[in-house]
Amino acid sequence: MKRKEDTRVVVGMSGGVDSSVAALLLKQQGYDVVGIFMKNWDDTDEFGVCTATEDYDDVVRVCNQLDIPYYAVNFEKQYWDKVFTYFLDEYKAGRTPNPDVMCNKEIKFKAFLDHAISLGADYLATGHYAQVRETDGRVEMLRGVDDNKDQTYFLNQLTEEVLEKVMFPLGHLPKSEVREIAKKHDLVTADKKDSTGICFIGERNFKEFLSEYLPAQPGEMKTLSGETKGKHDGLMYYTIGQRQGLGIGGAGDPWFVVGKNLNDNILYVEQGYSHESLYSDGLIATDLNWINKDRVENTFTCTAKFRYRQKDSKVTVSVLEDGKVRVDFAEMERAITPGQVVVFYDGEVCLGGGTIDEILKDEKALNYVG
Amino acid sequence: MEQIYLDHAATSPMHEDVIAAMNPIYTDVFGNPSSVHSFGRKARQQLDEARRVLAGSIHANEKELTFTSGGTEADNMALIGTALANQHKGKHIITVSQEHHATLHTANKLEQMGFEVTYLPIYEDGKIAVEDLRSSLREDTILVSIMFVNNETGIIQPIEEAAKLVSQHQAYFHTDAVQAYGLLDLNVKEMSIDMLTVSSHKINGPKGIAFLYVKEGIAIQALQFGGEQERKRRPGTENVPAIVGFKRAVEIAMEKRQERNKLYRSFKDHFVQTLKNNEIDFAINGDPESAIASIINISFPGTNVEALLTNFDLSGIAASSGSACTAGSVEPSHVLSAMFGEGHPCTTNSIRFSFGLANTKENVEEAAERVSKIVKRLVS
Repeated sequence: MKRKEDTRVVVGMSGGVDSSVAALLLKQQGYDVVGIFMKNWDDTDEFGVCTATEDYDDVVRVCNQLDIPYYAVNFEKQYWDKVFTYFLDEYKAGRTPNPDVMCNKEIKFKAFLDHAISLGADYLATGHYAQVRETDGRVEMLRGVDDNKDQTYFLNQLTEEVLEKVMFPLGHLPKSEVREIAKKHDLVTADKKDSTGICFIGERNFKEFLSEYLPAQPGEMKTLSGETKGKHDGLMYYTIGQRQGLGIGGAGDPWFVVGKNLNDNILYVEQGYSHESLYSDGLIATDLNWINKDRVENTFTCTAKFRYRQKDSKVTVSVLEDGKVRVDFAEMERAITPGQVVVFYDGEVCLGGGTIDEILKDEKALNYVG
Repeated sequence: MEQIYLDHAATSPMHEDVIAAMNPIYTDVFGNPSSVHSFGRKARQQLDEARRVLAGSIHANEKELTFTSGGTEADNMALIGTALANQHKGKHIITVSQEHHATLHTANKLEQMGFEVTYLPIYEDGKIAVEDLRSSLREDTILVSIMFVNNETGIIQPIEEAAKLVSQHQAYFHTDAVQAYGLLDLNVKEMSIDMLTVSSHKINGPKGIAFLYVKEGIAIQALQFGGEQERKRRPGTENVPAIVGFKRAVEIAMEKRQERNKLYRSFKDHFVQTLKNNEIDFAINGDPESAIASIINISFPGTNVEALLTNFDLSGIAASSGSACTAGSVEPSHVLSAMFGEGHPCTTNSIRFSFGLANTKENVEEAAERVSKIVKRLVS
């Protein structure tokens, strides 16, 4: 066992309060801490202002407060190739991707981990709310204790081999305490607002952003029975279960997106939050990752999340061929969205997850994206 | 672990004699040189003496020097000041793709202001071709700005030839000689240089002081306004302690020029030889015969700048990619892009090592050993 002062931990620092406190805690524990900022996206505006510059400046100030060295690394190219291209491809296919999951898989815990190792790091640490537990020679990922902040959903594509080299110093803390620690140590990021939304879009208008990269194809908005209800701006702008932005007036319950027909460029809408076409009883997921491969049986019951910050649902998982699974829900689920991620849990342990591909009801695929 | 500084082209440690020269100014000579009393006169004496020595160092006369806060300000003044004062003669400016950003970004600004700028190419040897300059000169060219020594590669440009060519033309010739000053003999009269920028902190003087030489008779517009200092070209109370330190640094540099050239060259040779002894795969960027003694730019195939620099620092070696940083991450070097073309591997795997006062034969060798170890690990 290496002594702590000889154990180098590279902390991925974003300039936010979480990674600042992660670095602080590791430093207090006596590790050889190195702070590194990742630049994945260039959003420099006409005045040369770029959010990354501001964030990096915060990293610099915090690292100087902590008296740890700081550096930056540029993964713009890798991010574009591995994350942004996937993001656009999914939207083109009418689906709703999760770039944060892909970023963790391909950038933070792959390219960045490799970079950290090339710097002689023993561990990579981040400010994620998740926990790594080593038991019986097995390394598992557990939910963060702050239920409201738990980020294992976004980390479902990590593997045991990666987790062996990872530390999540905040996993055992509630967010409120993290802020308190930052305040107590007078960190310059103590009061910094948490970032929201997809990192490369930031506070910008999502529709506008997407239209810069993908041509929008407006088309008809219809009910499942074929009644035209208006026009849509392009299928990619809508997600299953969405209510806002449909512009259908009139009496009665509000309208919701219930499906997409890519071939004919039709957006299906129906009335009422609880419209039956929004409900399903199963799904097929692809690109499955199991964090601890050895523990997966052919069929098992566990809980699952179909979106971030949703309560767990009881499911039965059946492993199919080609890295696919079939998931049967104990109760009907509303607005399961193709392209999003399903993540499985056994109690507090995150088992892994995959991409939602098909949504089933009574053994038939729903036309959520067809 | 000994920290070894190989980044003298970024900035250099102050010489102890410089600090010794500055201290009494802080304590005893605090007057404002413009004041008409004994305190002011005492400061003015120091200022005049410094100006005389500094002017002498480039064979200029004292009236031709304007003190500025740094090389960047001097370059800005040279470009914008002459462009604005001479725009009735034309609006065309020539500079080089590998210039320091103090020049390049100022040229970009002038383009936005309605001037037309030609950016001369450089070649794999790291130099401009004077032929390109000749063919780019136009009737309406008013200014040519070419750096003396490139800050990333250390390659010395054919300045005298370029300046003499421009002297046959209405255009003024400016050179940013920040990296040349102290090691090369700069004779503005013999070389036909109209304007020249140098800075103090690159030659073991204090930060925050530099000067622009402007040949007598050249029209140049002030960019800031206030009192009568620097003959209104650059108003503001003079930074007397820094100017005195600058003077001392220049005196030492002139006295030790030969010695330093020899010594820094030997550091560079030792460094390269140690890499060779360790069988490191590397290439020197630019023509080594044309490089200044203190700077070398080395490409390490199969590596990248960020991993190199971070590893160097974590093992106590301070070097640089010499290139721009955005959000702390290193963008491909615009200088090496100009030399080898955009996207060439050298633009993202090259490091600038620059030698100087903080070095000894021993610490340069030690640094080369550490560098070798890291490069070996990264390419394996």
